[in-house]
Amino acid sequence: MSNNNQASQKLSFPIIGMHCASCARLIERQLVRTPGVLSAAVNYGSETASVEYTSDVKEEDLAKAVEGAGYRAILDQRTKDRGQRTSDEIKEEAKKKEIKELKLKVIVSSILSVLIFAGSFPEWITFVPKILSNNIVLFILATPVQFWAGWQFYLATRSGLKNRTASMDTLIAIGTSAAYGYSVWSMIFGGDKYFDTAVIIITLILLGRYLEARAKLHTSDAIRKLLALQAKTARVIRGSTEVDIPIEEVKVGDIIRVRPGEKIPVDGVITEGVSSIDESMVTGESIPVDKTVGNSVIGATINKSGTFLFKATKIGSDTMLARVVKMVAEAQSSKAPIQRLADVVSSYFVPIVLILAVLTFVIWFDFSPISSEAFKHAFTNMVAVLIIACPCALGLATPTAIMVGTGKGAEHGILIKDAESLEIANKIKTIVFDKTGTLTEGKPTVTDVISSQKLNVKSQKLLQLAASLEQGSEHSLAETIIKKTHSLKLKTQKVTNFKAIHGMGIEGEIEGKKYIFGNRALMDKEKINYKNQESRIMNLEEEGKTVMLLALRQAQGKLLGIIAVADTLKASAKDAVAMLQKRKIDVWMVTGDNERTAKAIAREAGINNVLAGVLPNEKASKVNELRIKNNVLSNWDNSKFIKHNTEPVIAFVGDGINDAPALAAADVGIAMGSGTDIAMESAGITLLNRDLNSVVSAIELSKKTLNVIKQNLFWAFGYNIVLIPVAMGVLYPFFGWLLNPAIAAFAMAASSISVVGNSLRLKSVRL
Amino acid sequence: MDKLVVTIGGLSVLSFIYWFFFGKSKDEIVEVKDNIDVIVDGGYKPAAIKIKKGKTATLRIKRLDTNSCLEEIIIPDFKVKEYLPLNKEVEIKISPNKNGEFNFHCGMNMYHGKIIVE
Repeated sequence: MSNNNQASQKLSFPIIGMHCASCARLIERQLVRTPGVLSAAVNYGSETASVEYTSDVKEEDLAKAVEGAGYRAILDQRTKDRGQRTSDEIKEEAKKKEIKELKLKVIVSSILSVLIFAGSFPEWITFVPKILSNNIVLFILATPVQFWAGWQFYLATRSGLKNRTASMDTLIAIGTSAAYGYSVWSMIFGGDKYFDTAVIIITLILLGRYLEARAKLHTSDAIRKLLALQAKTARVIRGSTEVDIPIEEVKVGDIIRVRPGEKIPVDGVITEGVSSIDESMVTGESIPVDKTVGNSVIGATINKSGTFLFKATKIGSDTMLARVVKMVAEAQSSKAPIQRLADVVSSYFVPIVLILAVLTFVIWFDFSPISSEAFKHAFTNMVAVLIIACPCALGLATPTAIMVGTGKGAEHGILIKDAESLEIANKIKTIVFDKTGTLTEGKPTVTDVISSQKLNVKSQKLLQLAASLEQGSEHSLAETIIKKTHSLKLKTQKVTNFKAIHGMGIEGEIEGKKYIFGNRALMDKEKINYKNQESRIMNLEEEGKTVMLLALRQAQGKLLGIIAVADTLKASAKDAVAMLQKRKIDVWMVTGDNERTAKAIAREAGINNVLAGVLPNEKASKVNELRIKNNVLSNWDNSKFIKHNTEPVIAFVGDGINDAPALAAADVGIAMGSGTDIAMESAGITLLNRDLNSVVSAIELSKKTLNVIKQNLFWAFGYNIVLIPVAMGVLYPFFGWLLNPAIAAFAMAASSISVVGNSLRLKSVRL
Repeated sequence: MDKLVVTIGGLSVLSFIYWFFFGKSKDEIVEVKDNIDVIVDGGYKPAAIKIKKGKTATLRIKRLDTNSCLEEIIIPDFKVKEYLPLNKEVEIKISPNKNGEFNFHCGMNMYHGKIIVE
């Protein structure tokens, strides 16, 4: 009542940190105590506060009050929604406004141009009213086109000249001003008029800009599409209730429910339930993936069948989707080495064209074959030179192709770190695959458990001992053996004095007895005799199995048995290897396995070159060795004269953190399936799915993108190199050809559009 | 006579164009401590920015020029591509870890500047 004469405002905002209903009361009390607050209601269920207050209360005061009670108010989020926009949003709005303005200018100047053209050539278009041919009328019609529609060219020229640089706007402003200015002069003092030339040039170039701006909006479609994948809300469990909250307010640790058909809001780990998840939008993997408790889920992917609960582990800018968007955006702003030449040329381009235009005028004026036409020829040719030159096409050639190419890759789960990686992937001559997890599924299973006949140790006991020893190990095979033991319901035993022996195996004590478990090298080191099992071991290895030996370590060490583990080759491996070989790429496999096992797997995949027995930390140096070897070969091939530029490009495909050095050592590191930060950072290309055909797709994408870049550059350079001399009139002595400035404007507008259009073609490439 | 006038006039214009575009004095190099204001108006001011290797510098970029050519700034070596709203400051953080000269330019590659890392 007391505040009837004072305007009150209402505001609702989210609050973070409430644990119970009494928290809500506490915040309410704190808010009401704030001078100017008329009423406050805090809802624990929806975690929001609704406050009514007088106009002299600031939002900061409300935030302070909530903070004073030990909680946090999300007021900045709300203000963002109300008025503050991100720079991308501002850009989009500005672009749309620009396109709208351009459209209006194009329509108005098109109409005026048609009238001016009709009035300028009454001998051709006889049905036009005579008044249109009147000089004053032409002047009146041309002026708005020159100074309203064409104003942007003057603005750009002014800002360039202030800095003693020039752009293509300078050329257009000078060219059309010359045509317009001379026409005004002629109108007063008599002579030829070129109003039609000036307005048609401006109209056509604006039309070109309009079409180009519309096409360019589509070059960044990929990022927009990725961002659109994001879910807007999350259904978070709060105590015994479930509330839908904006995705920005989800915290790490929140338990979130996802129902069938819904998008998963953020990254996390399933805590309850099973489901099949369509991850194609992020990873490009077309088949839905079955997930259960303990499996990780990716934000923005779609839950197909079951309902499940998951715990949020990554939110905001840490999510996989956010990282993908960031990576694509960064790649699109990087520069391909091939662009350097275009850069150098475009920095000298405009001044050189200005010089050529002046030379054209002087030469035509001095040496025109028809002296009465000298000025006319000199003038129109000069204007044609100014108008036809198109530095824009040069500037657009590479970046537009890179933008569309990297965006296309992202749609298929192929993330390209920078333009350089995309460019060199096309030149890969040697590709090295890591075996486990890359060529194979990375899910090895125990295939054989063989006890040494003399000792007659039961195979279950062997597994139990091996699993007990492996408990402390981080080796990928340890998990396999432990899993197998669990599936047989065997219990592991306590191990003391555990030690991992790098590249060989492990050792430890169980019930006072010392055991070793590992490869032949370990047995040799401990002087364990395994020769009577050698043929059996060899047979297992021939089958591509990894063999581990378990032995008692004592004065007279004894071999207890053999455990063989096999990993299945990925279904896509054979095809992918064959396709790479078809492209004349040398395919290698690197593995820690011994040569026999390695060769068996390689044979299955169709790979002839194997680097076996390589320890994880040696992978990078092996990549370098291969490079040196190839280099020597290729330099030798090239008569030892050509060096760096013919260096064969070597790629490494790996999946794990331990592959990071090798990924970095290779010219093109291709990280696969993992999405771990370290692998992504070291790799030039990250494949979000586990399909080996993506390696081929990445190379294909690189090839296609590079082809488009080359076509664009060829067209952009060729266009200027051929047409500038034509505009100067070099063909006149031979064929009597001169270029009409209006046609020059048309060609110039078409060249930019064709470059953008050619880049957009990459969108329809099949990968 | 006309031809002589045109020839002399043409040559003078040529010399002027050459002097105007190619004869400019080198950009003054401005060293950055923590942050620097860069004004975008008919180019970048300053256009040559020196940053210490291993340090993070903030470029506070404000576009005053309505020319749409300048609406985007690209620093390829640092993978930066930012839209510059008119009259609004945009902050770009740069942490160079190798020495050298790194060019930056507008969206169409018409206006240039450089970052010198030492």
